[in-house]
Amino acid sequence: MANNKMYDKGKIVAGLVIFAVMITFPFWFNLGKAAPAPELKLTEKAKAAKECVLEKAEMKAGHMQLLDIWREKVVREGSREYVNTKGKTYQMSLSKTCLDCHSNKAEFCDRCHDYASVNPYCWDCHIDNPKEKK
Amino acid sequence: MADDLLKPDEQLGAIDHKIPKKGWMDTPVNIRKGMYCYASNPKSVEYLSLPNARKWNPLEEDWKLPENWKEIIYEGLRERLDRFRSLKVFMDICVRCGACADKCHFFIGTGDPKNMPVLRAELLRSVYRNDFTLAGKILGSVAGAREMTLDVLKEWWYYFYQCTECRRCSVFCPYGIDTAEITIIGRELLNLIGLNIDWIATPVANCYRTGNHLGIQPHAFKDMLDFFVEDVEDITGVNVEPTYNKKGADILFITPSGDVFADPGTYTCMGYMMLFKYLKERYGFDVTWSTYASEGGNFGFFTSHETMKRLNSKMYAEAKRLGVKWILGGECGHMWRVINQYMDTMNGPADFMEEPVSPITGTKFENAKSTKMVHIAEFIADLIKHDKLELDPRRNDNLKVTFHDSCNPARGMGMLDEPRYVIQNVCNHFYEMPANTIRENTFCCGSGAGLNAGENMELRMAGGLPRANAVKHVHEKHGVNTLACVCAVDRAALPPLMEYWVPGVEVIGMTEMVGNALIMPGEKERDTDLRGEPLPGTEEE
Amino acid sequence: MNSKYMFSLVAVIILFLLAYIGIETAGLYTLFGIWIPYAAVFIFAVGVVYRVVDWAQSPVPFRIPTTCGQQKSLPWIRHASIDNPAENNNVVLRMFLEVVFFRSLFRNMRFDFNKGNKFSYEWEKWLWVGAIAFHWTLFVVVVRHLRFFTEPVPLCIQWLETLDSFLRVEFMTDFLQIGLPGVFMSGLVLLAALIYLLLRRMFIPQVNYISFSADFFPLFLIMGIALSGLFMRYLAKVDIVAIKAFTMGLVTFHPVIPEGVGSVFYVHLFFVSILLAYFPFSKLMHAGGVFLSPTRNMANNSRAERHVNPWNYPVKVHTYEEYEDEFREKMIEAGLPVEKELTNGG
Repeated sequence: MANNKMYDKGKIVAGLVIFAVMITFPFWFNLGKAAPAPELKLTEKAKAAKECVLEKAEMKAGHMQLLDIWREKVVREGSREYVNTKGKTYQMSLSKTCLDCHSNKAEFCDRCHDYASVNPYCWDCHIDNPKEKK
Repeated sequence: MADDLLKPDEQLGAIDHKIPKKGWMDTPVNIRKGMYCYASNPKSVEYLSLPNARKWNPLEEDWKLPENWKEIIYEGLRERLDRFRSLKVFMDICVRCGACADKCHFFIGTGDPKNMPVLRAELLRSVYRNDFTLAGKILGSVAGAREMTLDVLKEWWYYFYQCTECRRCSVFCPYGIDTAEITIIGRELLNLIGLNIDWIATPVANCYRTGNHLGIQPHAFKDMLDFFVEDVEDITGVNVEPTYNKKGADILFITPSGDVFADPGTYTCMGYMMLFKYLKERYGFDVTWSTYASEGGNFGFFTSHETMKRLNSKMYAEAKRLGVKWILGGECGHMWRVINQYMDTMNGPADFMEEPVSPITGTKFENAKSTKMVHIAEFIADLIKHDKLELDPRRNDNLKVTFHDSCNPARGMGMLDEPRYVIQNVCNHFYEMPANTIRENTFCCGSGAGLNAGENMELRMAGGLPRANAVKHVHEKHGVNTLACVCAVDRAALPPLMEYWVPGVEVIGMTEMVGNALIMPGEKERDTDLRGEPLPGTEEE
Repeated sequence: MNSKYMFSLVAVIILFLLAYIGIETAGLYTLFGIWIPYAAVFIFAVGVVYRVVDWAQSPVPFRIPTTCGQQKSLPWIRHASIDNPAENNNVVLRMFLEVVFFRSLFRNMRFDFNKGNKFSYEWEKWLWVGAIAFHWTLFVVVVRHLRFFTEPVPLCIQWLETLDSFLRVEFMTDFLQIGLPGVFMSGLVLLAALIYLLLRRMFIPQVNYISFSADFFPLFLIMGIALSGLFMRYLAKVDIVAIKAFTMGLVTFHPVIPEGVGSVFYVHLFFVSILLAYFPFSKLMHAGGVFLSPTRNMANNSRAERHVNPWNYPVKVHTYEEYEDEFREKMIEAGLPVEKELTNGG
């Protein structure tokens, strides 16, 4: 650092600019945007039910796991009933149980999935759920 | 050959690549006879006005260093970090992946882990980290840093003179870290406090004074070439007397003085003289030899960048004085690294010369248009391609040839196919060594970078082993009896190497083979080759 | 020997405990969630720029490419334009292949000493495979994480996610359920490559011998990052929406500590922060240095075009005049031409 002169300045500066643009990407890409977590809309039915299959926090983080297990039980083992920790029984079905309350896919499921860039394959089959259409 | 060498079988059996239990930083250097070169003669060091000329012995405890040697090394390293981006980057970015470890001929041949290129560089890097980096200062040995001590210095000296700057490791390094660069700068630092070896310092002093490493004075230089003139006349009946220091000649020819001095290089030298005579007779080619710039090689390159420049300056100075159009260079390895990658930058621009054009074929040597210096292999290859030489390759029919790529033309230039083209046009039996040992993967002769002394024969035989082993392969498989090369150090170093590891293989220069095959105008019927051996087909008669 | 990697392993464990205890018992959410990540990114950005500028302040006095193929010389000799570039566009290609595909490492061969007779040099691809697997998956993982730092998430990142989860891995027992969320291959390959690189550093004697603690540290650290990430995704399950709200807060400079996100997340974030802050001071700078390596980023054309050394200085030389003065008599006697004839008394 003795002489403070840069050699090959053009190439070095160009490289550093590319580096700076790349690592600051998240900062400038979102400039001026506020992107809080999306608000979910509960249907009247869901509001009335007051509770879901599991605790709200558990459902938030782990609903995909529960659905995967349900599918396994139903498809592979032919079992259809699920008893939660409170002793309440549910039918293990995305369409008939989950989407029965949360019939507003676009305002409920999709909002979070889109926010977190998750593209679940559930909708490959269940997208045509008639209840969705209303 | 030194008597205290083990027999080849025993030597081979003694190589052990087992890694010691103790870490390398905790293993002090053991300076062993046979592995190092003698310290330099103070007179040579003095003649060059290099620092700390004195008599000293590496085996003694006291190396008679200047009192402030640590400061000199520190300042020297700081200065070089500011001058060489290569050094700075190479000090910082090694990740120790180990890809270079088994690429070094000295590691393969000695099994000494400090000959792994990565560790050779770490010898310097560890001190660099300690003195110049934040992490090294804070974390010490955890981050691979250590303080400079006398032991470390001795380790530097021992291992920087066990590297031939061949660059093979650099081919495999994912970041191109070049141990040659580190050795060059390491030696430069050592020279600041007078730690040189005589096999380098004395040739350098000689070259500075007389124009060549061997210290041949002008009249003696002419005498020696006269001697070859007689020999060639005996063999061919043609007088090939050259011109010396001729002003206004078209071309200046410079070759390593080793070719003038010792067999088998001398036969290559005869080859040059015959070729030039042929071209003069046929095409009026006008070339001259200089006694002032009578050295192509440059052991200054093994001392410091500055010393390299001091010796190299003679080439352009002489070309300018004589007023030649361009320079033709003989067969040599490190000479061509210097010419290809340093000369024009150090001592150019060579704007007093013309862009080189072959006066015979009209070929423009575009790749040399700034430096104005052409390699004899490029020059001859062009002649042969244009069918300008009358050749009888059958005269080399007794030779079963393989070609050794010298490190510097291979990895510091990329001259791989020109010599092959020439050789394959002057002989009928050519066999390549295995692909992993030639071209850019070539193995060093083990004696480059100023290490071809007599006292370090064990090191040389160990370092040359991978090359010899590949020669042995073609020797056994195809009956190869001739190892061709385009390097004067090779011609000095390979014969004892072959004698030790692969008896029955001779070493030959490319242009010697051309000389054998070349049909000179007015020549008598030859019955021997340049070495006085019967020509094939004439033995019986 | 063991002390080298134990030191680094213990260092990473201490870092883990720092973050874990800092969150669990001391509740230092703001420190670990906001201040340390900001500081780390700052140190990383400024540090890397500083290091590169520092390198750039040393000139490249000589043109010293390592030539790994035939030079450009006579027109009829086939030129190895990538391995021995003669022009800048060849250099660009050589550098591209070097940086993106580790071309030099691809050449790697292993020397074998078949006792008693011949040496062999076999193509050794595993180091290259390990290195490529590690760097590429690390790259993919980093790019994938941009989904937490962008809103809306750009399409290309979504495509990358689709590609990365192309192979549908599903696995179910009473104890373990894998399959939803979908499995990203990159994370698993990253971990596998790290393990390979670590084992090789531990158990190949040569590589172990040349390694420092500083060589093990980043391996353990990145392994810690990968493990904590995989743990959150596949086992613990965290509230991904809450986390994204938090990370988006970070990049829009309105950071808010999320509710109900467990300490593993802070460990993950702390490890990443340490890696970023450590980067400029360590060998990890090879990422920048590879672009500045003079043996790779220059054309081998210094005979055709003059390269200028900015600090080239005049040196003491032995001139022809001095030479002739010393040897004039002998030269004349030998019939060699001289510039000046002998003066009286010679």
